[in-house]
Amino acid sequence: MQKKRKLGRGVAVVGAGMSKFAMFKDKDSKDLFGEAFREMIASVDKGFDPGEIDALYLGNFTNDFFVHQGHWGPIISDLIGLAPKPATRTEGACASSALAFREGVFAIASGFYDIVLAAGVEDMSKRTTEEVAEGLALATVPYEGRVGFTFPGVFGALATAYFAKYGATREDLMNITIKSHSNAPLNPKAQFPFSIRDMMNAKIESAKKKGKPVPYWEDEKSFLRDTAANPVVAWPMHLYDCCPISDGAACMLLVGEEIAKNFTDDPLYVIGIGQGSGRGLHACDDLTYFEATRHAAKEAYGMSGLKPEDIQFSEVHDCFSIAELIHIEDLGFFKPGEGHKAVAEGLTRRDGPMPINTSGGLKCKGHPVGATGVGQLFEVWKQLRGEAGERQVPKKDLRIGAAHNLGGTGGTCTLTILERR
Amino acid sequence: MEERPFSDISYEQYLNEERLMGSRCKKCGALFVPPRSICVSCYSSDMEWVEVKGEARLAAFTCISVGPPFMIAEGYDRKHPYCSGVVELEEGARVDARIEGVDANKPEDIKVGMPLKVKFLHRGEGDSLKTYLAFLPM
Repeated sequence: MQKKRKLGRGVAVVGAGMSKFAMFKDKDSKDLFGEAFREMIASVDKGFDPGEIDALYLGNFTNDFFVHQGHWGPIISDLIGLAPKPATRTEGACASSALAFREGVFAIASGFYDIVLAAGVEDMSKRTTEEVAEGLALATVPYEGRVGFTFPGVFGALATAYFAKYGATREDLMNITIKSHSNAPLNPKAQFPFSIRDMMNAKIESAKKKGKPVPYWEDEKSFLRDTAANPVVAWPMHLYDCCPISDGAACMLLVGEEIAKNFTDDPLYVIGIGQGSGRGLHACDDLTYFEATRHAAKEAYGMSGLKPEDIQFSEVHDCFSIAELIHIEDLGFFKPGEGHKAVAEGLTRRDGPMPINTSGGLKCKGHPVGATGVGQLFEVWKQLRGEAGERQVPKKDLRIGAAHNLGGTGGTCTLTILERR
Repeated sequence: MEERPFSDISYEQYLNEERLMGSRCKKCGALFVPPRSICVSCYSSDMEWVEVKGEARLAAFTCISVGPPFMIAEGYDRKHPYCSGVVELEEGARVDARIEGVDANKPEDIKVGMPLKVKFLHRGEGDSLKTYLAFLPM
Protein backbone atom coordinates (compact mmCIF):
# COMPACT_ATOMS: atom_id res chain seq x y z
CA MET A 1 0.00 0.00 0.00
CA GLN A 2 1.19 3.48 -0.85
CA LYS A 3 2.29 5.65 2.05
CA LYS A 4 0.14 8.73 2.68
CA ARG A 5 2.06 11.72 1.37
CA LYS A 6 2.30 14.83 3.50
CA LEU A 7 4.47 17.93 3.80
CA GLY A 8 6.80 18.21 6.79
CA ARG A 9 5.63 21.81 7.17
CA GLY A 10 2.63 23.59 5.65
CA VAL A 11 3.25 25.90 2.69
CA ALA A 12 1.20 28.92 1.60
CA VAL A 13 1.06 31.10 -1.51
CA VAL A 14 1.05 34.79 -0.57
CA GLY A 15 1.73 36.55 -3.87
CA ALA A 16 1.49 35.91 -7.61
CA GLY A 17 2.22 37.69 -10.86
CA MET A 18 2.06 36.90 -14.56
CA SER A 19 3.11 38.81 -17.66
CA LYS A 20 0.78 39.11 -20.62
CA PHE A 21 1.20 36.08 -22.88
CA ALA A 22 1.71 36.81 -26.59
CA MET A 23 4.36 36.80 -29.33
CA PHE A 24 6.55 39.79 -28.51
CA LYS A 25 9.06 41.05 -31.07
CA ASP A 26 10.41 43.64 -28.62
CA LYS A 27 10.43 41.79 -25.28
CA ASP A 28 12.71 39.01 -24.07
CA SER A 29 12.69 36.64 -21.09
CA LYS A 30 14.07 39.28 -18.71
CA ASP A 31 11.50 41.89 -19.75
CA LEU A 32 8.64 39.44 -19.32
CA PHE A 33 9.95 38.14 -16.02
CA GLY A 34 10.25 41.70 -14.75
CA GLU A 35 6.56 42.25 -15.55
CA ALA A 36 5.51 39.14 -13.64
CA PHE A 37 7.81 39.95 -10.70
CA ARG A 38 6.53 43.51 -10.30
CA GLU A 39 2.94 42.28 -10.31
CA MET A 40 3.82 39.61 -7.73
CA ILE A 41 5.32 42.22 -5.38
CA ALA A 42 2.25 44.43 -5.74
CA SER A 43 -0.01 41.44 -5.02
CA VAL A 44 1.39 40.84 -1.51
CA ASP A 45 -1.35 42.49 0.56
CA LYS A 46 0.79 43.58 3.50
CA GLY A 47 3.88 44.29 1.39
CA PHE A 48 7.27 42.62 1.77
CA ASP A 49 10.93 43.16 1.11
CA PRO A 50 12.04 41.13 -1.95
CA GLY A 51 15.46 40.97 -0.28
CA GLU A 52 13.92 38.41 2.09
CA ILE A 53 13.45 35.80 -0.66
CA ASP A 54 15.67 32.83 0.22
CA ALA A 55 15.84 31.10 -3.15
CA LEU A 56 14.46 30.96 -6.71
CA TYR A 57 13.16 27.86 -8.49
CA LEU A 58 12.73 28.61 -12.19
CA GLY A 59 11.05 26.45 -14.80
CA ASN A 60 12.34 26.80 -18.34
CA PHE A 61 12.11 24.17 -21.05
CA THR A 62 14.38 25.16 -23.87
CA ASN A 63 15.36 28.79 -24.15
CA ASP A 64 18.72 27.14 -24.93
CA PHE A 65 17.26 26.24 -28.30
CA PHE A 66 14.80 29.10 -28.79
CA VAL A 67 17.18 32.00 -28.01
CA HIS A 68 20.56 30.22 -27.83
CA GLN A 69 21.04 30.96 -24.18
CA GLY A 70 21.01 28.44 -21.35
CA HIS A 71 21.54 28.60 -17.58
CA TRP A 72 18.54 30.86 -16.85
CA GLY A 73 18.54 30.47 -13.05
CA PRO A 74 21.30 33.00 -12.34
CA ILE A 75 20.23 35.33 -15.16
CA ILE A 76 16.83 35.74 -13.52
CA SER A 77 18.20 35.81 -9.94
CA ASP A 78 20.49 38.66 -10.99
CA LEU A 79 17.59 40.45 -12.73
CA ILE A 80 15.53 40.54 -9.53
CA GLY A 81 18.41 41.28 -7.15
CA LEU A 82 18.37 37.83 -5.59
CA ALA A 83 21.99 36.89 -6.36
CA PRO A 84 24.09 35.56 -4.60
CA LYS A 85 21.22 33.50 -3.14
CA PRO A 86 20.55 30.20 -4.92
CA ALA A 87 18.68 29.82 -8.19
CA THR A 88 17.74 26.39 -9.53
CA ARG A 89 16.33 25.71 -12.98
CA THR A 90 13.88 22.84 -13.41
CA GLU A 91 13.10 21.15 -16.72
CA GLY A 92 10.09 18.96 -17.41
CA ALA A 93 9.29 20.11 -20.96
CA CYS A 94 5.95 21.97 -20.88
CA ALA A 95 5.57 21.11 -17.17
CA SER A 96 8.86 22.80 -16.21
CA SER A 97 7.42 25.44 -13.90
CA ALA A 98 5.00 23.08 -12.15
CA LEU A 99 8.20 21.28 -11.16
CA ALA A 100 9.73 24.59 -9.99
CA PHE A 101 6.63 25.16 -7.84
CA ARG A 102 6.91 21.66 -6.43
CA GLU A 103 10.60 22.01 -5.61
CA GLY A 104 9.87 25.36 -3.96
CA VAL A 105 7.18 23.73 -1.84
CA PHE A 106 9.57 20.97 -0.80
CA ALA A 107 12.32 23.47 0.06
CA ILE A 108 9.98 25.22 2.50
CA ALA A 109 8.33 22.03 3.76
CA SER A 110 11.77 20.68 4.67
CA GLY A 111 12.34 23.67 6.90
CA PHE A 112 15.45 24.75 5.02
CA TYR A 113 13.94 27.95 3.54
CA ASP A 114 11.06 30.18 4.63
CA ILE A 115 10.41 32.35 1.56
CA VAL A 116 10.83 31.03 -1.96
CA LEU A 117 10.00 32.35 -5.44
CA ALA A 118 8.58 29.65 -7.76
CA ALA A 119 8.55 30.81 -11.35
CA GLY A 120 8.71 30.03 -15.04
CA VAL A 121 9.71 31.77 -18.24
CA GLU A 122 9.89 30.98 -21.96
CA ASP A 123 10.73 33.06 -25.04
CA MET A 124 9.64 31.13 -28.13
CA SER A 125 8.55 33.56 -30.81
CA LYS A 126 11.95 34.75 -32.08
CA ARG A 127 12.26 31.62 -34.27
CA THR A 128 10.26 30.41 -37.27
CA THR A 129 7.28 28.11 -36.73
CA GLU A 130 9.27 25.17 -38.13
CA GLU A 131 12.14 25.87 -35.73
CA VAL A 132 9.78 26.12 -32.77
CA ALA A 133 8.21 22.80 -33.78
CA GLU A 134 11.70 21.29 -33.96
CA GLY A 135 12.56 22.71 -30.52
CA LEU A 136 9.37 21.38 -28.92
CA ALA A 137 9.90 18.00 -30.56
CA LEU A 138 13.00 17.65 -28.38
CA ALA A 139 10.49 16.50 -25.76
CA THR A 140 8.95 13.65 -27.76
CA VAL A 141 10.13 10.09 -27.25
CA PRO A 142 12.84 9.32 -29.86
CA TYR A 143 10.87 6.48 -31.50
CA GLU A 144 8.01 8.91 -32.16
CA GLY A 145 10.04 11.64 -33.84
CA ARG A 146 11.82 9.11 -36.04
CA VAL A 147 8.62 7.98 -37.80
CA GLY A 148 7.49 11.57 -38.42
CA PHE A 149 5.35 12.29 -35.35
CA THR A 150 5.10 15.97 -34.46
CA PHE A 151 3.41 17.18 -31.25
CA PRO A 152 0.09 17.84 -32.99
CA GLY A 153 0.60 14.42 -34.60
CA VAL A 154 0.97 12.64 -31.26
CA PHE A 155 -2.22 14.23 -29.95
CA GLY A 156 -3.94 13.57 -33.27
CA ALA A 157 -3.15 9.88 -32.80
CA LEU A 158 -4.53 9.95 -29.25
CA ALA A 159 -7.72 11.48 -30.67
CA THR A 160 -8.17 8.63 -33.17
CA ALA A 161 -7.73 6.11 -30.35
CA TYR A 162 -10.28 8.00 -28.22
CA PHE A 163 -12.73 8.28 -31.12
CA ALA A 164 -12.41 4.55 -31.86
CA LYS A 165 -12.90 3.51 -28.24
CA TYR A 166 -15.66 5.91 -27.18
CA GLY A 167 -17.42 6.92 -30.40
CA ALA A 168 -16.58 10.62 -30.04
CA THR A 169 -15.94 12.78 -33.13
CA ARG A 170 -14.32 16.05 -34.16
CA GLU A 171 -17.59 17.77 -33.28
CA ASP A 172 -16.92 16.92 -29.63
CA LEU A 173 -13.49 18.53 -29.81
CA MET A 174 -15.06 21.65 -31.35
CA ASN A 175 -17.13 22.06 -28.18
CA ILE A 176 -13.87 22.38 -26.22
CA THR A 177 -12.43 24.96 -28.61
CA ILE A 178 -15.64 27.01 -28.55
CA LYS A 179 -15.77 26.88 -24.74
CA SER A 180 -12.13 28.00 -24.33
CA HIS A 181 -12.66 30.84 -26.79
CA SER A 182 -15.75 31.97 -24.87
CA ASN A 183 -13.66 32.39 -21.67
CA ALA A 184 -10.68 34.10 -23.29
CA PRO A 185 -12.21 37.55 -24.02
CA LEU A 186 -12.68 37.91 -20.25
CA ASN A 187 -8.94 37.44 -19.61
CA PRO A 188 -6.93 40.63 -20.26
CA LYS A 189 -3.67 38.62 -20.31
CA ALA A 190 -4.81 36.15 -22.97
CA GLN A 191 -2.96 35.94 -26.27
CA PHE A 192 -6.24 35.45 -28.17
CA PRO A 193 -8.95 37.25 -26.21
CA PHE A 194 -11.51 36.47 -28.89
CA SER A 195 -14.55 34.23 -29.17
CA ILE A 196 -14.89 32.03 -32.27
CA ARG A 197 -17.69 34.40 -33.35
CA ASP A 198 -15.20 37.32 -33.05
CA MET A 199 -12.74 35.42 -35.28
CA MET A 200 -15.47 34.72 -37.85
CA ASN A 201 -16.48 38.39 -37.94
CA ALA A 202 -12.85 39.46 -38.30
CA LYS A 203 -12.42 37.18 -41.33
CA ILE A 204 -15.62 38.50 -42.89
CA GLU A 205 -14.54 42.13 -42.34
CA SER A 206 -11.08 41.42 -43.75
CA ALA A 207 -12.55 39.82 -46.89
CA LYS A 208 -14.88 42.81 -47.38
CA LYS A 209 -12.00 45.26 -47.00
CA LYS A 210 -9.85 43.40 -49.52
CA GLY A 211 -12.75 43.05 -51.97
CA LYS A 212 -12.52 39.25 -51.79
CA PRO A 213 -15.53 36.88 -51.73
CA VAL A 214 -17.13 37.20 -48.30
CA PRO A 215 -17.27 33.83 -46.51
CA TYR A 216 -20.45 32.64 -44.84
CA TRP A 217 -20.71 30.23 -41.94
CA GLU A 218 -23.98 29.24 -40.33
CA ASP A 219 -22.49 28.92 -36.87
CA GLU A 220 -19.23 28.37 -34.97
CA LYS A 221 -19.08 24.69 -35.86
CA SER A 222 -19.55 25.30 -39.57
CA PHE A 223 -16.61 27.73 -39.31
CA LEU A 224 -14.51 25.07 -37.57
CA ARG A 225 -15.52 22.46 -40.18
CA ASP A 226 -14.33 24.75 -43.00
CA THR A 227 -10.77 23.67 -43.82
CA ALA A 228 -10.09 27.02 -45.52
CA ALA A 229 -10.68 28.76 -42.19
CA ASN A 230 -9.45 25.91 -39.99
CA PRO A 231 -6.84 23.88 -41.92
CA VAL A 232 -5.54 20.46 -40.93
CA VAL A 233 -2.27 20.43 -38.98
CA ALA A 234 -2.18 16.74 -38.05
CA TRP A 235 -5.55 15.13 -38.66
CA PRO A 236 -7.81 15.15 -36.72
CA MET A 237 -6.02 18.13 -35.13
CA HIS A 238 -6.82 21.32 -37.04
CA LEU A 239 -5.47 24.82 -36.41
CA TYR A 240 -8.16 25.60 -33.81
CA ASP A 241 -7.36 22.41 -31.91
CA CYS A 242 -3.80 23.62 -31.25
CA CYS A 243 -2.33 26.10 -28.76
CA PRO A 244 -0.23 28.98 -30.17
CA ILE A 245 3.46 29.86 -29.89
CA SER A 246 3.88 32.27 -26.97
CA ASP A 247 6.29 34.26 -24.83
CA GLY A 248 5.63 34.85 -21.15
CA ALA A 249 6.59 34.57 -17.50
CA ALA A 250 4.85 33.88 -14.19
CA CYS A 251 5.92 33.71 -10.54
CA MET A 252 4.50 32.96 -7.11
CA LEU A 253 5.72 33.72 -3.61
CA LEU A 254 5.70 30.67 -1.32
CA VAL A 255 6.20 30.89 2.44
CA GLY A 256 5.99 28.65 5.51
CA GLU A 257 2.38 28.35 6.66
CA GLU A 258 3.10 29.78 10.13
CA ILE A 259 4.41 33.09 8.72
CA ALA A 260 1.83 33.45 5.91
CA LYS A 261 -0.30 35.97 7.83
CA ASN A 262 2.69 38.34 7.97
CA PHE A 263 2.19 38.75 4.22
CA THR A 264 -1.58 38.63 3.78
CA ASP A 265 -4.75 37.86 5.69
CA ASP A 266 -5.85 35.79 2.67
CA PRO A 267 -3.16 33.25 1.80
CA LEU A 268 -3.80 30.10 -0.23
CA TYR A 269 -2.56 26.79 1.13
CA VAL A 270 -0.86 24.04 -0.85
CA ILE A 271 -2.96 21.03 0.16
CA GLY A 272 -2.21 18.60 -2.66
CA ILE A 273 0.82 18.21 -4.87
CA GLY A 274 1.35 15.24 -7.18
CA GLN A 275 3.65 14.30 -10.02
CA GLY A 276 3.97 11.33 -12.34
CA SER A 277 6.13 10.20 -15.24
CA GLY A 278 5.09 8.40 -18.40
CA ARG A 279 6.44 6.35 -21.26
CA GLY A 280 6.15 6.86 -24.99
CA LEU A 281 3.03 6.07 -26.99
CA HIS A 282 4.34 2.67 -28.04
CA ALA A 283 4.73 1.53 -24.43
CA CYS A 284 1.11 2.32 -23.50
CA ASP A 285 -1.48 -0.41 -24.00
CA ASP A 286 -4.28 2.16 -24.15
CA LEU A 287 -3.89 5.60 -25.74
CA THR A 288 -6.99 7.17 -24.23
CA TYR A 289 -5.41 8.21 -20.93
CA PHE A 290 -2.12 9.40 -19.42
CA GLU A 291 -0.67 7.10 -16.79
CA ALA A 292 1.46 10.00 -15.46
CA THR A 293 -1.60 12.20 -14.85
CA ARG A 294 -3.39 9.41 -13.04
CA HIS A 295 -0.35 8.92 -10.81
CA ALA A 296 -0.03 12.66 -10.14
CA ALA A 297 -3.73 12.79 -9.26
CA LYS A 298 -3.39 9.84 -6.89
CA GLU A 299 -0.55 11.57 -5.06
CA ALA A 300 -2.33 14.92 -4.87
CA TYR A 301 -5.72 13.53 -3.84
CA GLY A 302 -4.03 11.18 -1.36
CA MET A 303 -2.13 14.03 0.28
CA SER A 304 -5.16 16.33 0.47
CA GLY A 305 -7.66 13.68 1.50
CA LEU A 306 -9.92 15.06 -1.22
CA LYS A 307 -11.86 13.35 -3.99
CA PRO A 308 -12.16 14.67 -7.55
CA GLU A 309 -15.68 15.92 -6.78
CA ASP A 310 -14.25 18.21 -4.07
CA ILE A 311 -12.32 20.22 -6.68
CA GLN A 312 -14.49 23.22 -7.57
CA PHE A 313 -12.70 24.27 -10.77
CA SER A 314 -9.48 23.42 -12.56
CA GLU A 315 -7.00 24.56 -15.12
CA VAL A 316 -5.87 21.57 -17.24
CA HIS A 317 -3.12 21.31 -19.85
CA ASP A 318 -5.07 21.78 -23.09
CA CYS A 319 -2.10 22.01 -25.46
CA PHE A 320 -4.53 20.36 -27.90
CA SER A 321 -8.32 20.04 -27.68
CA ILE A 322 -8.18 16.25 -27.24
CA ALA A 323 -5.78 16.72 -24.32
CA GLU A 324 -8.42 18.60 -22.29
CA LEU A 325 -10.85 15.75 -22.86
CA ILE A 326 -8.37 13.15 -21.67
CA HIS A 327 -7.29 15.18 -18.61
CA ILE A 328 -10.78 15.83 -17.25
CA GLU A 329 -11.26 12.05 -17.24
CA ASP A 330 -7.81 11.20 -15.85
CA LEU A 331 -8.30 13.68 -13.00
CA GLY A 332 -11.57 11.95 -12.13
CA PHE A 333 -13.86 14.89 -12.88
CA PHE A 334 -15.70 12.66 -15.35
CA LYS A 335 -15.63 8.91 -15.99
CA PRO A 336 -13.44 7.53 -18.80
CA GLY A 337 -15.33 7.96 -22.06
CA GLU A 338 -17.83 10.39 -20.50
CA GLY A 339 -15.77 13.59 -20.82
CA HIS A 340 -16.96 14.47 -24.32
CA LYS A 341 -20.59 14.15 -23.22
CA ALA A 342 -19.95 16.38 -20.20
CA VAL A 343 -18.39 19.04 -22.42
CA ALA A 344 -21.31 18.83 -24.90
CA GLU A 345 -23.74 19.34 -21.99
CA GLY A 346 -21.86 22.50 -20.95
CA LEU A 347 -20.72 21.06 -17.60
CA THR A 348 -17.20 22.49 -18.02
CA ARG A 349 -18.30 26.01 -18.87
CA ARG A 350 -17.39 28.85 -16.55
CA ASP A 351 -20.94 28.88 -15.18
CA GLY A 352 -21.24 25.08 -15.17
CA PRO A 353 -20.77 22.69 -12.25
CA MET A 354 -17.09 21.94 -13.12
CA PRO A 355 -15.48 24.97 -14.78
CA ILE A 356 -12.38 23.99 -16.79
CA ASN A 357 -9.82 26.50 -18.07
CA THR A 358 -11.59 29.71 -17.09
CA SER A 359 -8.42 31.52 -18.22
CA GLY A 360 -9.10 30.48 -21.82
CA GLY A 361 -6.63 27.63 -21.39
CA LEU A 362 -3.39 27.18 -23.26
CA LYS A 363 -5.43 27.38 -26.47
CA CYS A 364 -6.35 31.04 -25.97
CA LYS A 365 -4.36 32.33 -23.01
CA GLY A 366 -1.15 31.15 -24.71
CA HIS A 367 1.48 28.54 -23.90
CA PRO A 368 4.98 29.89 -23.19
CA VAL A 369 5.92 26.35 -22.26
CA GLY A 370 8.22 26.90 -19.26
CA ALA A 371 5.88 29.52 -17.76
CA THR A 372 2.66 27.57 -18.21
CA GLY A 373 2.60 25.58 -14.94
CA VAL A 374 2.89 28.64 -12.68
CA GLY A 375 0.69 30.56 -15.14
CA GLN A 376 -2.09 28.01 -14.52
CA LEU A 377 -1.65 28.38 -10.76
CA PHE A 378 -1.88 32.16 -11.24
CA GLU A 379 -5.43 31.62 -12.55
CA VAL A 380 -6.26 29.44 -9.52
CA TRP A 381 -4.89 32.21 -7.26
CA LYS A 382 -7.04 34.85 -8.99
CA GLN A 383 -10.20 32.72 -8.87
CA LEU A 384 -9.84 31.59 -5.24
CA ARG A 385 -9.19 35.14 -4.04
CA GLY A 386 -12.21 36.42 -5.99
CA GLU A 387 -9.99 38.62 -8.16
CA ALA A 388 -10.78 37.12 -11.57
CA GLY A 389 -13.02 40.02 -12.58
CA GLU A 390 -15.46 39.26 -15.38
CA ARG A 391 -14.36 35.64 -15.63
CA GLN A 392 -14.86 34.96 -11.92
CA VAL A 393 -16.41 31.51 -11.40
CA PRO A 394 -19.97 32.26 -10.25
CA LYS A 395 -19.96 29.86 -7.29
CA LYS A 396 -20.55 30.80 -3.67
CA ASP A 397 -17.81 29.76 -1.26
CA LEU A 398 -15.08 29.09 -3.81
CA ARG A 399 -12.48 27.32 -1.72
CA ILE A 400 -10.62 24.63 -3.68
CA GLY A 401 -9.04 24.89 -7.12
CA ALA A 402 -6.51 22.80 -9.02
CA ALA A 403 -4.05 23.02 -11.88
CA HIS A 404 -2.86 20.13 -14.05
CA ASN A 405 0.31 20.54 -16.12
CA LEU A 406 1.69 18.11 -18.73
CA GLY A 407 5.12 17.89 -20.34
CA GLY A 408 6.15 16.10 -23.51
CA THR A 409 3.89 13.35 -24.75
CA GLY A 410 2.72 12.75 -21.18
CA GLY A 411 6.25 12.16 -19.87
CA THR A 412 5.82 14.57 -16.94
CA CYS A 413 2.45 15.38 -15.39
CA THR A 414 1.51 17.25 -12.21
CA LEU A 415 -1.60 18.09 -10.23
CA THR A 416 -1.50 20.91 -7.66
CA ILE A 417 -4.44 21.69 -5.37
CA LEU A 418 -4.74 25.04 -3.58
CA GLU A 419 -7.17 25.91 -0.78
CA ARG A 420 -8.51 29.19 0.56
CA ARG A 421 -9.39 28.91 4.24
CA MET B 1 22.89 -16.90 -30.79
CA GLU B 2 22.62 -13.16 -31.26
CA GLU B 3 25.36 -11.21 -29.49
CA ARG B 4 24.18 -7.66 -30.07
CA PRO B 5 23.43 -5.42 -27.06
CA PHE B 6 19.76 -4.79 -26.34
CA SER B 7 19.93 -1.17 -27.50
CA ASP B 8 18.29 1.32 -29.84
CA ILE B 9 21.40 1.15 -32.03
CA SER B 10 20.97 -2.62 -32.45
CA TYR B 11 17.26 -2.13 -33.15
CA GLU B 12 18.11 0.30 -35.96
CA GLN B 13 20.79 -2.03 -37.36
CA TYR B 14 18.25 -4.86 -37.52
CA LEU B 15 15.79 -2.57 -39.32
CA ASN B 16 18.51 -1.91 -41.92
CA GLU B 17 18.65 -5.71 -42.33
CA GLU B 18 14.84 -5.87 -42.70
CA ARG B 19 14.29 -7.58 -39.38
CA LEU B 20 11.90 -6.24 -36.74
CA MET B 21 13.48 -7.34 -33.46
CA GLY B 22 12.62 -7.02 -29.81
CA SER B 23 13.86 -8.38 -26.50
CA ARG B 24 12.17 -10.96 -24.31
CA CYS B 25 12.81 -11.28 -20.59
CA LYS B 26 14.02 -14.81 -19.90
CA LYS B 27 12.76 -14.58 -16.34
CA CYS B 28 9.16 -13.38 -16.79
CA GLY B 29 8.61 -13.63 -20.54
CA ALA B 30 7.69 -9.97 -21.12
CA LEU B 31 8.27 -8.83 -24.73
CA PHE B 32 9.64 -5.40 -25.65
CA VAL B 33 9.76 -3.85 -29.12
CA PRO B 34 11.95 -1.78 -29.43
CA PRO B 35 14.17 -3.84 -27.12
CA ARG B 36 14.82 -2.99 -23.49
CA SER B 37 17.93 -4.14 -21.64
CA ILE B 38 16.16 -3.99 -18.26
CA CYS B 39 12.80 -5.72 -17.86
CA VAL B 40 10.29 -3.14 -16.57
CA SER B 41 8.03 -5.94 -15.33
CA CYS B 42 10.48 -7.88 -13.12
CA TYR B 43 13.72 -5.81 -13.30
CA SER B 44 15.78 -8.73 -14.65
CA SER B 45 18.54 -7.99 -17.17
CA ASP B 46 18.50 -11.51 -18.56
CA MET B 47 17.18 -10.88 -22.09
CA GLU B 48 17.04 -12.69 -25.41
CA TRP B 49 16.44 -11.39 -28.93
CA VAL B 50 13.12 -12.22 -30.59
CA GLU B 51 12.14 -11.57 -34.18
CA VAL B 52 8.48 -10.63 -34.59
CA LYS B 53 6.41 -11.58 -37.65
CA GLY B 54 5.50 -8.05 -38.64
CA GLU B 55 1.75 -8.56 -38.65
CA ALA B 56 -0.18 -5.93 -36.76
CA ARG B 57 -3.31 -3.86 -36.28
CA LEU B 58 -3.53 -0.08 -36.34
CA ALA B 59 -3.99 1.25 -32.78
CA ALA B 60 -3.90 5.00 -33.50
CA PHE B 61 -2.84 7.28 -36.36
CA THR B 62 -2.57 10.83 -37.59
CA CYS B 63 -2.22 12.39 -41.04
CA ILE B 64 0.38 15.13 -40.75
CA SER B 65 0.27 18.19 -43.00
CA VAL B 66 3.02 20.15 -41.24
CA GLY B 67 5.97 17.81 -40.78
CA PRO B 68 9.57 18.03 -39.58
CA PRO B 69 12.42 18.95 -41.98
CA PHE B 70 13.32 15.34 -42.88
CA MET B 71 9.75 14.56 -43.96
CA ILE B 72 9.50 17.80 -45.95
CA ALA B 73 12.73 16.72 -47.69
CA GLU B 74 10.90 13.54 -48.79
CA GLY B 75 8.29 15.74 -50.51
CA TYR B 76 5.56 15.86 -47.86
CA ASP B 77 3.68 19.11 -47.31
CA ARG B 78 0.17 20.53 -46.75
CA LYS B 79 -1.02 19.14 -50.08
CA HIS B 80 0.81 15.85 -49.59
CA PRO B 81 0.36 14.79 -45.97
CA TYR B 82 1.77 11.55 -44.56
CA CYS B 83 0.46 9.10 -42.04
CA SER B 84 2.20 8.08 -38.80
CA GLY B 85 0.73 5.63 -36.34
CA VAL B 86 1.03 3.30 -33.41
CA VAL B 87 0.56 -0.35 -34.35
CA GLU B 88 -0.12 -3.33 -32.15
CA LEU B 89 1.92 -6.34 -33.22
CA GLU B 90 0.35 -9.76 -33.28
CA GLU B 91 2.77 -10.71 -30.49
CA GLY B 92 1.24 -7.98 -28.30
CA ALA B 93 3.89 -5.24 -28.20
CA ARG B 94 3.26 -1.85 -29.81
CA VAL B 95 5.58 0.20 -32.03
CA ASP B 96 5.54 3.66 -33.60
CA ALA B 97 5.68 3.45 -37.40
CA ARG B 98 4.98 5.22 -40.63
CA ILE B 99 1.80 4.00 -42.31
CA GLU B 100 2.28 3.59 -46.06
CA GLY B 101 -0.17 2.61 -48.79
CA VAL B 102 -2.99 4.76 -47.41
CA ASP B 103 -4.29 8.11 -48.70
CA ALA B 104 -3.39 10.61 -46.00
CA ASN B 105 -5.68 13.11 -47.73
CA LYS B 106 -8.60 10.82 -46.86
CA PRO B 107 -8.10 10.11 -43.16
CA GLU B 108 -11.76 9.11 -42.83
CA ASP B 109 -10.91 5.98 -44.84
CA ILE B 110 -8.11 4.91 -42.49
CA LYS B 111 -9.50 2.80 -39.67
CA VAL B 112 -8.20 2.06 -36.20
CA GLY B 113 -8.10 -1.74 -36.01
CA MET B 114 -7.23 -2.32 -39.68
CA PRO B 115 -4.77 -5.20 -40.30
CA LEU B 116 -1.25 -4.25 -41.39
CA LYS B 117 2.01 -5.88 -42.40
CA VAL B 118 5.55 -4.58 -41.99
CA LYS B 119 7.53 -2.77 -44.69
CA PHE B 120 11.10 -1.50 -44.36
CA LEU B 121 11.66 1.90 -45.97
CA HIS B 122 15.31 2.43 -46.86
CA ARG B 123 16.52 6.01 -47.34
CA GLY B 124 20.06 7.13 -48.23
CA GLU B 125 23.07 4.91 -48.89
CA GLY B 126 26.26 3.64 -47.26
CA ASP B 127 26.96 5.24 -43.88
CA SER B 128 23.92 7.49 -44.23
CA LEU B 129 21.54 4.56 -44.83
CA LYS B 130 18.49 4.86 -42.62
CA THR B 131 15.63 2.45 -42.45
CA TYR B 132 12.22 3.62 -41.30
CA LEU B 133 9.79 1.17 -39.87
CA ALA B 134 6.56 1.27 -41.84
CA PHE B 135 3.38 -0.77 -42.11
CA LEU B 136 1.06 -1.33 -45.07
CA PRO B 137 -2.59 -2.40 -45.13
CA MET B 138 -2.85 -6.19 -45.63
